[in-house]
Formats: sequence, structure tokens, C-alpha cells
Amino acid sequence: MHHIIIGAGPTGVVAAETLRKLDAGSRITIIGDEPEAPYSRMAIPYLLIDQIDASGTHLRKGDGHYANHNIEVRQDRVTRVQSERKSVSLQSGADVSYDKLLIATGSRSVSPPVPGIDSPGVHACWTLQDARDIMQRAQAGARVVLMGAGFIGSIILEALATRGTDLTVVEMEDRMVPRMMNAVAGGLIKAWCENKGVKVLTSTQVEVIDAGQPLTVRLNNGNALAADLVIAATGVQPNVDFLEGSGIRTDYGVLVDTQLATSATDVYAAGDVAQGLDFSTGQYTVQAIQPTAADHGRIVASNMAGRTQTHRGNLNMNVLDTLGLVSSSFGAWMGVEGGDSAELLDAARFRYLNLQFEDDRLVGASSLGLTEHVGVIRGLIQTRVRLREWKQKLMQDPTRIMEAYLANTLAIGHNAGVV
Amino acid sequence: MLRALKLEPEKCTGCLQCEMACSYENEGVFNPAKSRIKVFTFHQEGRFAPYTCTQCEEAWCLHSCPVEAIVINADTGAKEVLDNVCVGCKVCTIACPFGTVNYNQDSGKVMKCDLCGGDPWCAKACPTGAITYVDVDNTGLDRMRAWAQQSPARPASHVEPRPKEIATYSRAQ
Repeated sequence: MHHIIIGAGPTGVVAAETLRKLDAGSRITIIGDEPEAPYSRMAIPYLLIDQIDASGTHLRKGDGHYANHNIEVRQDRVTRVQSERKSVSLQSGADVSYDKLLIATGSRSVSPPVPGIDSPGVHACWTLQDARDIMQRAQAGARVVLMGAGFIGSIILEALATRGTDLTVVEMEDRMVPRMMNAVAGGLIKAWCENKGVKVLTSTQVEVIDAGQPLTVRLNNGNALAADLVIAATGVQPNVDFLEGSGIRTDYGVLVDTQLATSATDVYAAGDVAQGLDFSTGQYTVQAIQPTAADHGRIVASNMAGRTQTHRGNLNMNVLDTLGLVSSSFGAWMGVEGGDSAELLDAARFRYLNLQFEDDRLVGASSLGLTEHVGVIRGLIQTRVRLREWKQKLMQDPTRIMEAYLANTLAIGHNAGVV
Repeated sequence: MLRALKLEPEKCTGCLQCEMACSYENEGVFNPAKSRIKVFTFHQEGRFAPYTCTQCEEAWCLHSCPVEAIVINADTGAKEVLDNVCVGCKVCTIACPFGTVNYNQDSGKVMKCDLCGGDPWCAKACPTGAITYVDVDNTGLDRMRAWAQQSPARPASHVEPRPKEIATYSRAQ
């Protein structure tokens, strides 16, 4: 049995390790196209501030980890999948046949359609090589323009500020992290960053980048910024292009069922490239978050090994630290039709908590400045626990999420027959 | 035989000795905010609930870590944070459905109960026996772990959620 895994990110590595446990005698090959040991993009911000070196980004730390588990990691690029013949074509020329194939190719950063985006000194921040290029230019005092204040832009913002650069953030939408935070919270994050000396331009677009030293970044408000470095963090997109003509059905990502199987026999997809079941909406979407990538990796490996496991849907969630202000969002943070919500705002202290309910269940939340027991929000949402009288208590004081969880799951409160 | 913390809310008086002992032994300060065990107060019911990591089998924190900074201590079964590997990304703090991994803003790392290497100070400090360190079979831990393992499925002993429309993708399409 030969399992081929395309992609050396968290999903590919977790799947390979799980397969090794479940299918001990099988041959396992990971094919990744970057000239690095398998690493985590999540760790790049910490590399940028020299908190870790490149090895600190590696998914597995032990020497010879992959060889010890009899997992072959091959640097190459899959250019085609022949699902009828059960083989993949490699850029290096060879064709390799598989018994089971996992597509875990993740996503790539997408350049915004801006004239001059290919100029020297304009970089994405997605790969380890991008990070090395950025570190060369992002010296103390360097003028840096960061395009995009979404999750990725915001997560590298801190690193750029910490490096002592003169940083300007340009975001097209009216607030920071618009797909994770509402107007109140997104506005507070912007105010926080501005207080820390970062210039944040929302509802602003880059129109043209003129090459040169420095680069000139022309904005749609008529202003122009001189820049030693421009970072484009305007979005990512699943790596599905190589599947064209393969017969494997794709939409935005690769279409999968609840076993993470694709439309082709013995071909699976998982992680950021897979359009998997979302716990909150019941729809199939690309979540592109670390916990989902790891969960997918374990589930898909089990199915590839012949032990059927049904994917019940992942909760979409994120946590972000912008210059010391921690924010998080979970599930239906924007609320559901006919649902109730509770909101607590202390703008002066940059504290915010927003809970969203459907009937007496928690279905979503977003927070600023909450670092204690924040995970219990996931517990409350994903166990679909009925909050009963605790819904009212949370409406009055949303910070009592942990008590609400304990009261409904431990032998206290009504579970002990006291209330 | 693996041992585990047994938490009995009905014996807890809310004295917070456990929080003091935990923060002092692990962080060097008497500061409940730095404790990995937490006592929750239910004023109206006049009850207290000590709560910390159950070292659950699922190990959501460990599996969600992007840099392998959470590992299992083979002697105690505890899931331990390696401070020199943790980058402080906080993904584990949202992944743990029990809310028992917290971010420590001073250290820039996450912290969670590690059973003090097999000699937990909270249990030694508890004057009423609400926190004891006992053989795993005797903790009621199975129930808590069952709870952990069934999420994201439905919880036990609760009313069935309203059916949700799920657009199932079918290969035959």
C-alpha cells in the first residue's frame, strides 16, 4: 500500500504520522515543493522578530523524525494527477503511482491586481523564503507599507512594528480583521495599533506601486507613500490549479464529503485546500485554520487506512495578537437569524466580549483582551449544551462563560439538584 | 498506575489555597491570576468549583500546536508545555474546549497544569480534600473524558439540538 501525500504542511505531516500508526506496513511519501523541512507558517511572525530561528518553525523537532517513522519526504512539485491510472506526475519528470492519494496542498498568497506589484521590494509574507526576504529589508527605521489588515496582515503587523520599522497599514475595508471582528472590535484594534505608533489607513486602496528606491505607493485617496518595503497580505487561495483536467471536482477548494474523500476513487483532500464541513453553518467551506488542518489530517488518515471516521464539521475560530491586544472569534460570531446576543464593551481598557445565542445555546463569540479560559467558548458552542437559566446570566454578565460551562456540565448547580 | 487530580466541588470552601500554591510553585509569585487551577464561585448557590486540565485523552491543545511545543510526560501522562519551543501563538488556548490553557502575557507563552511533575501542589495545599491526587480509576475522570471525546458530537444528558440543514456533498453529483 503506497500512500502519497501532496503537501508538507501540518495536514500532510499529521496525516502521515497517523497513517504510520494505523497502517504500519504501508509506504508513505510526502511530496512538498518548498526547499525546507516541513514547517509551520504560523511560526513565521516569531521568526521575524528573532524569537526563534528557522528550525523553531519546523513542525517536528527531533532529528530524523520522518526517517524514524519510515516516512519519505520528497522535495518536488506535483504537476498532474491521473486519477484513472492512480498516478501523479512530478515536475522532475517521473510518474509515481499511488494506492491512496491525499491532496493537502494548502493555499498560496495571491497578489492583488495592482500595477507595479512585481517591483523589487514588494513581497508576500507566506513562505519561509518570503520571511527571509522581508527580514533583509525590514530593518529598524525602514519605511514599510503593509497591504491588508486581515488575519495574516494583522499577525505580522506586530513583528514589523517590533523590528522598529516605520509601519503603515493599508486596508481596503472599513476596519481591521473584517472577517473575524465586527465594527466595534475591529475599530478598537485599529485604535490600539495607532496608539502604539502604527499608521492604519482603513477604507483605503493601493492603486499603483512605482518601482524605485524608495518605492512609491500611490493610494486612492490621492496620497503617496515612500517605502523601502511593501508587503502584500491581501489574501490567500487554495492550491487547486494543478488538478485541472484530473476529474477531481473543485469549487473554491477541493470538494470533499464527510470522509474527506474527493469525487475520485481513493483520492482524499484535507486542510486548507479542502472545502470541508463547517460546524456552525452546515455548509462546505475552506476554513484555512490550524486546528482544522490538524483535525482533518487525523480524520483523513483514518479513512485512508480503511477505518471509517466521519467528519462532523469543524468550528471556525481564530486568535490574534496585535501588539499585545489579544482577540479571538468563534463560530457564528456575527450572530444568527432570530438569535440573541450579549455585548460587553469597555473601550477605555480595550475589553470587549460579544456572545451570540440561538435559543439557549451559544453559537458564536468574539472577544478583545480575553486570555483566561477563552477555549471554553469552543466547549460551549461545540457541545451544543443547553444553557437554561445560564443564558440569562450570560446576557447580564457575558464574562461568566466558564461558570456557565461548569454549572451545566459538573455536579454543581442544577446538576446536583441544588437549583 | 497513572494518577490524576480528583476535583470534588462539594468539598470546596473557596479558600483559594490551591491557586496560591500553584502560582507560587510554578510562577514564583502568590498570584491567583497566574494559577493553572482556578476556583469558580457560584454565589447564589453558595458553591465553589475547583477546575483545571483533566489531561484529556483527546489532547486538543497538543494536536493544535503548530510547533510541537506540547508533549506528553510519559511518567505522569500530563500534557506539558515546553517553554523553549512555545512561540506564544495561542492556538491551543482556543482549541482546548475546557478553557484550561491560558496565555501568560508576561512570559509570552501559554501555561497549563502539568501535575507538577507528579506531585501536584494544589492537592497538597487543599485543606478540605476537595483536590486529591489519586489513581485514575477513582476520579470520575472517565465521565469528563467521555465528555471531551464526544464533542463535537452531541453532549450526554441534554435535549437533542434542533436538526440543522446540512448540504451534504455527494460523489454522485
